[in-house]
Amino acid sequence: MLVSLKWLNDYVDIDLKADELAERLTMSGLEVDSIKVIRPAFDGVVVAKIISVKSHPNADKLSVCEISDGSRKYPVVCGAKNIKSGDIVPLAKVGATIPGGYTIKSSTLRGEKSEGMLCSEAELEIGDDSSGIMQLARNLKLGAPLENALELGDTVLDISITPNRADCLSMIGIAREVAALTGKKIKKPSITVKETSENIKLLTSVKILNPELCPRYTARMIKNIKVGPSPAWLKIRLEAAGMRAINNVVDITNFVMLEMGQPLHAFDFRFLEKSRIIVRKSKKNEEFVSLDGKSRKLQEETLLICDGVKPVAIGGIMGGQNSEVKEDTQIILLESAYFNPVSIRRSARRLAMPTDAAFRFERGIDPEGVLRALNRAAKLIAEFSGGSICKNYIDEYPQKIRAVKNISLRLSRIREVTGAVIPEKDVVRILRSIDMKVTKTTKGKYVVTPPTFRVDITREIDLIEEVIRIYGYDSVPENLPNVAVTQLTTIPRLDLEERIRQIMNSSGYGEIINYSFITPDSVDCLLLPESDERRRFVRIKNPLVEDQSVMRTTMIYGLLDTLKKNLNNGSFNLKIFELGRIFLHRRKGLPEEKNMLAGLLAGSRTDDLWGSKVNSDFFDLKGCLENIFFDLKLENYQYRSDGFEPFLHPGKSCKIFLNGTNIGYLGEIHPQVIEKFDIKNKAYVFEINLDILTNQLKKGIVYKEVSKFPAITRDVAFVVPVTIEADYIVNVVLSQREDLLENVVIFDIYEGKEITEGTKSVGLRFSYRAVDRTLTDIETNSIHDRIIRNIIKLTNARIRG
Amino acid sequence: MIEDLQKLEKDALAELAAAAQEDQILGIRTKYLGRKGLLTGLLRNIAQVSKAEKPLFGKRCNEVKELLHTRIEEALQRQTRQKKDDILIKEKIDVTLPGRSVKYGRTHPVIQIRGEICSIFASFGFSVVEGPEVELDYYNFEALNIPKDHPARDMQDTFYIEENIVLRTHTSPVQVRVMEKVKPPVRILSPGRVYRRDSDVSHTPMFHQIEGLLVDKGISFGDLKGILTAFLKKVFGEDTTLRFRPSFFPFTEPSAEVDIRCVICKGRGCRVCGQSGWLEILGSGMVDPAVFKNVGYNSEEYSGFAFGLGLERIAMLKYGISDIRLFFENDIRFLKQF
Repeated sequence: MLVSLKWLNDYVDIDLKADELAERLTMSGLEVDSIKVIRPAFDGVVVAKIISVKSHPNADKLSVCEISDGSRKYPVVCGAKNIKSGDIVPLAKVGATIPGGYTIKSSTLRGEKSEGMLCSEAELEIGDDSSGIMQLARNLKLGAPLENALELGDTVLDISITPNRADCLSMIGIAREVAALTGKKIKKPSITVKETSENIKLLTSVKILNPELCPRYTARMIKNIKVGPSPAWLKIRLEAAGMRAINNVVDITNFVMLEMGQPLHAFDFRFLEKSRIIVRKSKKNEEFVSLDGKSRKLQEETLLICDGVKPVAIGGIMGGQNSEVKEDTQIILLESAYFNPVSIRRSARRLAMPTDAAFRFERGIDPEGVLRALNRAAKLIAEFSGGSICKNYIDEYPQKIRAVKNISLRLSRIREVTGAVIPEKDVVRILRSIDMKVTKTTKGKYVVTPPTFRVDITREIDLIEEVIRIYGYDSVPENLPNVAVTQLTTIPRLDLEERIRQIMNSSGYGEIINYSFITPDSVDCLLLPESDERRRFVRIKNPLVEDQSVMRTTMIYGLLDTLKKNLNNGSFNLKIFELGRIFLHRRKGLPEEKNMLAGLLAGSRTDDLWGSKVNSDFFDLKGCLENIFFDLKLENYQYRSDGFEPFLHPGKSCKIFLNGTNIGYLGEIHPQVIEKFDIKNKAYVFEINLDILTNQLKKGIVYKEVSKFPAITRDVAFVVPVTIEADYIVNVVLSQREDLLENVVIFDIYEGKEITEGTKSVGLRFSYRAVDRTLTDIETNSIHDRIIRNIIKLTNARIRG
Repeated sequence: MIEDLQKLEKDALAELAAAAQEDQILGIRTKYLGRKGLLTGLLRNIAQVSKAEKPLFGKRCNEVKELLHTRIEEALQRQTRQKKDDILIKEKIDVTLPGRSVKYGRTHPVIQIRGEICSIFASFGFSVVEGPEVELDYYNFEALNIPKDHPARDMQDTFYIEENIVLRTHTSPVQVRVMEKVKPPVRILSPGRVYRRDSDVSHTPMFHQIEGLLVDKGISFGDLKGILTAFLKKVFGEDTTLRFRPSFFPFTEPSAEVDIRCVICKGRGCRVCGQSGWLEILGSGMVDPAVFKNVGYNSEEYSGFAFGLGLERIAMLKYGISDIRLFFENDIRFLKQF
């Protein structure tokens, strides 16, 4: 909320500097976001008096004036018609600047010397009037700078009002806070109205059909008004608060809203058919054109203010075009009502009309302030539009608005919650300073009734907050809690993630974080078939952009997107990984969230510009995964090329199994996907489910004795069909469970010359060793031959010569 | 004869000193000590020495022979060493070329900050807990005393999945889920991704928060101040000045916003702190009795405080980053710096 200090000063004396006041407000819960000093758009303009006006000898439309600033006289040539000797006017002296960047110079106009310029309101941007020279009050001191004489400068605080402080959405609300913080008294504005003898009750009536939505509706009638521009002071006030001046009637309703926090509305009475007001809910699809000129279809729950025939306002939100105050309006019906906050909030949101009025009503206005604001506005409208206020007012109040009374407050509780010992007299003083009624019941106990405008205060804890807020958080002593030592609980997966980060980092992979939402196109880009469950997205109803409208079902799209962005930046060698969740739609309740690890590799194996440049491949990424498995002491894992992910190269991809459970996949991105992403490089990716991995972590390690005796190794190359995978042959060997076979590794893979097409040579190195003795050749050969025979039998292999 | 011997010794040593090559040294050895060498020759002529001088001459001959032998060996060794050194010098590399290694990767800066904060709170006895990112409206709002149609909902612009399912706007729902299951005392920290419908230089629709909660008997606002002060001093340095000021969160009361003296301008006022000299760091407060009621805790018996902070904001302040979106653009040139 924008708070003009000059305006605020009308309700409370401020003897603090702006920044000191801002500090005090901020430290008591009204956060001042900024302090803006407003200066007039001119400089060097003074109050001056016209001594004489003569017509210009050489120009019909000009006159030559003699002007005095109290100490000197100046000749000024002027074109305005509204001046005469004795007038007090603004004089821009030579050297003065006026809005638009003009500097006044001494000049000669058609032979007459002119030393200065008389200005209109518009020329000084004080007001809109450009019809003639601005007329100033006669009591102003001649020669005084105009900005001082008119008190034009101001300081405006921008205060964030938290949603609980509805009472601070007005100048008086802020003034109350200032008064409480500085020990001052509030100066309440006058609400005394002068009524005519004509009784409003004979002219109109108000009927509330839905008291639950509108518990109170008050109205006054003002006749014989003359709609016109508002006085400058009013315009200046409104502008300081960030509002545009419209006309004297509308401006006063806005002024009083800003002043007292009660939104008001003025109807042109001649457009109220059957001269009455009916407050009711809208019918389904009822159409209504509001003041902003927009036509809206209303839902059934919207509260409408109607005349005898049609709606004339959306209650608490905006008035209607059909009953708007116009230039020729003479009689107005002024409304001041209390609307149900929840109902207003729903309607305003549904209609997307977050108006100033709705903002205040939905936070809760002072039910007892309704009438005060009505009278205040009636008084001012009558005063500034020449109108006369009819006798009496309408106060339909069918449903009592509940106010909280007699909240118990224990001094002991204040100490328990705050940890500060606040003297009893200070507690009482603080509460009274913010208009609470405080009554002592027994020792250390009070009952407190908050003022009606403090709709946020209903419980003891609310009172404690008020006390500590004004007392000052800074005065609460710091303390370290006296709590028992407890054992930390851990989440195994988070520990695992931490470990994985270290391994990935030391394998050269940098961590990235992508948004959890992606484009629905992602699954098309990744060629996922209709049946794939990853196509069934968790959709965001109100996304910011379509590209971020669904929750990701795989991490791969994000990695590829990151690759593309980095390629565009000239970073070609990319090793990245992400830890995060994917979201799978479930028919009922919350989606399933899975914790994933995904990695991507692209570009050359090393960054060395001076070394050999080798492109990384499938096995580089696989090596990284194997480091993870090694580090996590996982052994029983397999890479199976059966089954494939549609976005992976069918010949260069595999699923990863751990203890027989599929935990993810690894492979080269399908060239077609690469093409869709419009990138040229190959990329390798993997994605692993960490929830499963966590469950498969080995609990303990049992030591195996290390042999002191030498190993005997045998190398054999087998020629097998290319379709037989190396891992399969190794598994054939391992599945024979020969105790003395210590290890078998692939030492060579060869296809080409000397090997029949369609076959390949797989070189295996077997190591045999016993824990307790040196093996003999005979012993070794018998095991080795047994293994070889089985390989040949199971794989149709032939031993390469 | 003795004179000849002395001259020979002098000559030989001089030649040796001048010899630069291995073959020259070997030549000297042959010349003096060889079978037909000069020293051997002198020895062969021992007969010509007078009887009285003979023992002395013989002794001297042996001394000279010994000396030359040692010196020649030394010279040869020096020579070998020199040769090896020469080879090493030829092997000289350009040590200024970049090292060859698997270049390490870096952990995302936000995750680094998360780790730092989690370990500080672990030292205060806070355990890490987690919850869903797609959350029920009940946990995200209602259980936290933010009813439907309450203006406090404006404080967080929400992404909706269904009417009652949202992307969590803060990590606070985790505290409710934990309190529903666990009896006090509770000391938890819940880090994670959160989502708000907002996007500009200082807002991204997804960011990271850490929420902390401590519930026990006799916990007061003073304890909140103590813990958070200790925490912020660990993160921003012991000489950090901070202030607690009243604010509003529906799930805490009293609520406090915690500011630190601007780390950029040290409080003089700058663009980063909006000329105020202070930076908002975290929101906190005493758990509202309404929240305790929702999870079945007796607020007369137990009290507690909660706090929440944005990790990106901390990272931005620590590293002087002015655009939050950089954290999620994943430009490796950016990420490599942390």
